[in-house]
Amino acid sequence: MTDTYSQFSVLSLYSAMGLYAVAFILFTLDLSGLAPAKLRLARIGLSITWLGFALQVIATVLRGLAASRVPWANMYEFAMTGTLMIMLVFLIVNLKWDIRYLGAFITGFVLLALGISATRYYVEVVPLPPALQSYWLVIHVFVATLATGFFALGFALSLAQILQERRERATNEQQAARWAWLSRLPNSVNLENFAYRLIIVGFVLWTFTLIAGAVWAEKAWGRYWGWDVKEVWTFIIWTIFAGYLHARSTRGWRGSRSAVLAMIGFAAVVFNFTVVNIFFKGLHAYSGLS
Amino acid sequence: MSPQSENVTNPRLSPVGWLRWFWRQLTSMRTALLLLLLLAIAAIPGSLFPQRSSDPNGVTAYFANNKNLAPILDTFQLFDVYASAWFSAIYLLLFISLIGCVVPRVAYHWQALRSAPPRTPSNFARLPAHDSFVTTADTALVMEKARALLRRRGYRVAAYDTKARRTLSAERGYARETGNLVFHAALVGVLVTVGVGSGGGFTGQRVIYEGQAFANTLLAYDTFSPGRFFDASSLTPYTVRLDSFTTVYEEKNPNAIGQPTDYTADVTVQLKDQAPEKAVIKVNDPLRFGNTDIYLLGNGYAPQVTVRDPEGRIVFADTIPFLPQDKNLTSVGVVKLPDGLSEQLGLVGFFYPTVSKGHSGAFFSMYPDLVDPVLTFNVWKGDLGLNQGVPRSVYALDTSKMTKLTGQKTKLSSLELRPGETAQLPEGLGSVTFDGVKKFVSLDIHKDPAQGWVLFFALTSLGSLLFSLFIPRRRVWIAVSGSSVEVGALARNDDPTLDASVAELVAQLRTELGT
Repeated sequence: MTDTYSQFSVLSLYSAMGLYAVAFILFTLDLSGLAPAKLRLARIGLSITWLGFALQVIATVLRGLAASRVPWANMYEFAMTGTLMIMLVFLIVNLKWDIRYLGAFITGFVLLALGISATRYYVEVVPLPPALQSYWLVIHVFVATLATGFFALGFALSLAQILQERRERATNEQQAARWAWLSRLPNSVNLENFAYRLIIVGFVLWTFTLIAGAVWAEKAWGRYWGWDVKEVWTFIIWTIFAGYLHARSTRGWRGSRSAVLAMIGFAAVVFNFTVVNIFFKGLHAYSGLS
Repeated sequence: MSPQSENVTNPRLSPVGWLRWFWRQLTSMRTALLLLLLLAIAAIPGSLFPQRSSDPNGVTAYFANNKNLAPILDTFQLFDVYASAWFSAIYLLLFISLIGCVVPRVAYHWQALRSAPPRTPSNFARLPAHDSFVTTADTALVMEKARALLRRRGYRVAAYDTKARRTLSAERGYARETGNLVFHAALVGVLVTVGVGSGGGFTGQRVIYEGQAFANTLLAYDTFSPGRFFDASSLTPYTVRLDSFTTVYEEKNPNAIGQPTDYTADVTVQLKDQAPEKAVIKVNDPLRFGNTDIYLLGNGYAPQVTVRDPEGRIVFADTIPFLPQDKNLTSVGVVKLPDGLSEQLGLVGFFYPTVSKGHSGAFFSMYPDLVDPVLTFNVWKGDLGLNQGVPRSVYALDTSKMTKLTGQKTKLSSLELRPGETAQLPEGLGSVTFDGVKKFVSLDIHKDPAQGWVLFFALTSLGSLLFSLFIPRRRVWIAVSGSSVEVGALARNDDPTLDASVAELVAQLRTELGT
């Protein structure tokens, strides 16, 4: 059964990636303004993204069934669940505010992450080592990946905000309008507000991740905090986003500068997940790669 | 400097003035922000270089591999980043800045909590959000409805009337500032309790094999690191005996054969003058006993070895923990024989729980469980270096003054033993018997008197963070003059839903008034 499940999981994941690829092309065409508006490419792209998301849910659930545990215990599974969370947050937030303009970034990013992890970091299903056999695995890692989803959207919105701000400045100074595609996005103040509202949710989740991680570390390793490389980077990320929150109430830092901090914060999350997992030596050696 | 320019003075600051200036700078938001970012950057080197606190072996290896660079890095405390002067300076400044920023705000907020909302501004058009409508309803009714409506939404309401108009001033979201202040105070609490805990507690390690007991006294520990204020005589007197240690290995999944899936240490614990109790220690499930926490952090095999002299008298009989070298638990250990035989001998042992022979003829272990255990010894003769009184590791043999008698590069092959077997030592020195093998566990025993408080403050900071980020703090004013009703609002923090809240308020008021 294990083999069948994991084979179907892989099949389902590759199908999801195929759909994300199509959605990515549609979203990009829509942003570029090359396609006539009446084709409503963003709308089709969104439907296809939903479909891809459904397949990725199936892939993740099957992987969990194959392993008889939560599907987030090694690098491949972290990537699968992490990108699923990014997608989930994107799709849910999109129900509230129309953020289809982020579709190209989100599908592109998820596709890249899944592509790399499926080809480079795929590992067969193996049982959990004793150190990971804890309900804290379910809570701590799940909340961390959920936070990642919010930070990813915060990154995309902050990037759009910075570009939009430049464009607005250029327009105010009566320079030739650049980046026409940005005209279909909200203004920079709105983008900043959206980013802020998502990042504060991510920040609360990240704070929880930090505390839950410490509680688990106390049970598993006998100390709640020991400056293990992963702990260090979790702390760094927390501090960067704390800096982001302070920057927004510091004169001269609101706007582009705080947006840069939000982007650095998410870059650190990605760094923590990739480089720290694979190349740094520490107790969080659960990439499943040898 | 010319005399003239001295007369054209900049305002000169007295020492107190300078202090004030410095304090204002330190407690400004900009400084807090820079210190936060600096702290993030300063934490990075600790993940690039091995740290003495978390990876002492890594530091030793780094020194061995980078003989010139390592001492230089060490002068900058790059192997003790999180205890270094510069890292401590940053976070202490940050916390001073935090306290200096928060304390005045506490006083200010205390005032705000006890005073009525401020007077109504005259011009609503200047407010970031405003709306107005016309109603035929009686002014008194409008005021009554508006007040009730604001109250229901958690606003504190005060009336300010003039001849021209009647107004209500309302404010809500005081809990946002309360939450923000509690959050920062709780962070100070975390810092203080972390410090108290590390100073007042201890961590110690001890290896025990099946059947062996350990008494919780300073001398019984293999390694012991007390906090600055820890008094070793305050160790709770108790004993821990390892009754048995069970490991479960994966046997079905072809991708994970031999991977451990469960470790269970069955122990008997006994407080002084009390009845013994049975207990279990597992990974992720420490034993909380006698004011300490006992963790299962490592395990391996401990062969039982007996050495006899040529006459058959026992000169050595012990159970020796061997250090695991790989995932199939090929293990290495040392037997030191300083007296009893005609020469000082050192035996370097390799233990293979399930032995197999490679192409080169060398042994290796192919499975971590005890299927076909074999113990081999290389025998060394000479000076063990124990007579100088220098402490030596029990896991390593200093062979600088010793001669190898068996094994590679000698004429004799290594001694090779299965459980129960005896082999003769070379040169008629005596014999070695492999009596059997036991399992050992490595226990970490900790005491942190403040860790419950650390958790308390951490959870308080998390809870108050929710208030601080998600409760909108806003002021709303309603002015009624004749048939015109004006509503204006002002956000006191980030509040992206201000406009929506005004619109909702107006709509609700109009519904209730029927206009």
